[in-house]
Amino acid sequence: MIDFFKRLFGPSDSGATAKQRLQLVLMTDHLALAPEMIDAMKRELVEVISRYVEVDREKVEVDFERHDHALAMMANVPILGVARPSERAPEPLEPAQPVAAQPAAAGAPPLQQRKRRKKAQRAPA
Amino acid sequence: MHERQPEIEVAAVPAVRGRAIVITSGKGGVGKTTTTANLGTALAMRGARVALVDADVGLRNLDIVLGLESRVKHHLLDVIEGGVTLDEALVPSKYNESLMLLAAAQNREKDEVPTEAMTALIERLRERFDYVLVDCPAGIEHGFRNAVAGAQEAIVVCTPEVSAVRDVDRVIGLLGNRFKPQLIVNRLRPQLVKRGKMLSVEDVNAILRLPLLGVIADEPEIIITTNKGEPLALRRDGATGAAYHVMAAKIAGEDVAAPTVETRDSFFGRLGAFFGGKA
Repeated sequence: MIDFFKRLFGPSDSGATAKQRLQLVLMTDHLALAPEMIDAMKRELVEVISRYVEVDREKVEVDFERHDHALAMMANVPILGVARPSERAPEPLEPAQPVAAQPAAAGAPPLQQRKRRKKAQRAPA
Repeated sequence: MHERQPEIEVAAVPAVRGRAIVITSGKGGVGKTTTTANLGTALAMRGARVALVDADVGLRNLDIVLGLESRVKHHLLDVIEGGVTLDEALVPSKYNESLMLLAAAQNREKDEVPTEAMTALIERLRERFDYVLVDCPAGIEHGFRNAVAGAQEAIVVCTPEVSAVRDVDRVIGLLGNRFKPQLIVNRLRPQLVKRGKMLSVEDVNAILRLPLLGVIADEPEIIITTNKGEPLALRRDGATGAAYHVMAAKIAGEDVAAPTVETRDSFFGRLGAFFGGKA
């Protein structure tokens, strides 16, 4: 029955408008009453983004903008630097030389080297 | 006879004392005072001893709604300041001996009432009454804090309006979980809800998420009875009067069916308004 009326009068009913306004106003109120929550969110946001790019932490801005029908979070995150893609992930076309040698030295040696070490333990220093 | 729910602060409160319930809303004009008068009347008609406390110092109204304005000689601050005894200040209802009013001071200000004194006063009333209903002033300042201070439970009154729901939301935030707040949706107009022109009880409570104590339709009858100073709950035959009695039963701990006022009142309420309005 109520659905019938809803269809008849469409979504422009003042009751629906009231509901929408109420939801928006309460979201805004709750945000305004919880500045510490926004701070925490901002910190974590910066932390996540910093895993990928270098961020100017001092200049990060987080704001909430109210539009007619929605609330949006606007984050302004100045980026200071982005790592060269090849430094982040191994490239398929990469030649074996300098870049591949570094992780090999730091981590576990390649399989062939390990086999050789077993036979002659004092071999290469 | 009257089941008392377990107290929140068990250690501090002996079980023999009555329950102090604050009726609050944040926003003014949503029907706190009318609700207090009617719930008090309905509880007293069940045989309970009920004290109604007007905590709206400076803007008292509960005496008017109860038709007792000419009988009020002393007020809450007189008792707090020690000028008169509680017995001298309590005004019995015209209709029910077990219902009594403690009026607010009209010529004073809310800031003049110390919170500890208000709490102590409510404690004294709880020793003598099964229920102490505190009619809270609008706002969330000193007057609100005073009204809430001595209470263990809260009833929040909300009309289906954006502003009222917003204010109740704020009040619930201030109350925290100490007061087990229950919701009364007041002044609902079922016909408007059906036509999608008013927030429904479900809309309101989707936001507030409180146990629903009851729903009161917007009836001309309420204005008429308030004009006369006779609480509507004195009569059980009308839909609205009956709704207050259902709420009183629920407060007393009876397992009463969930209110179905929305559909029922839309018909009877309008019928009542049609005939009652002419009388």
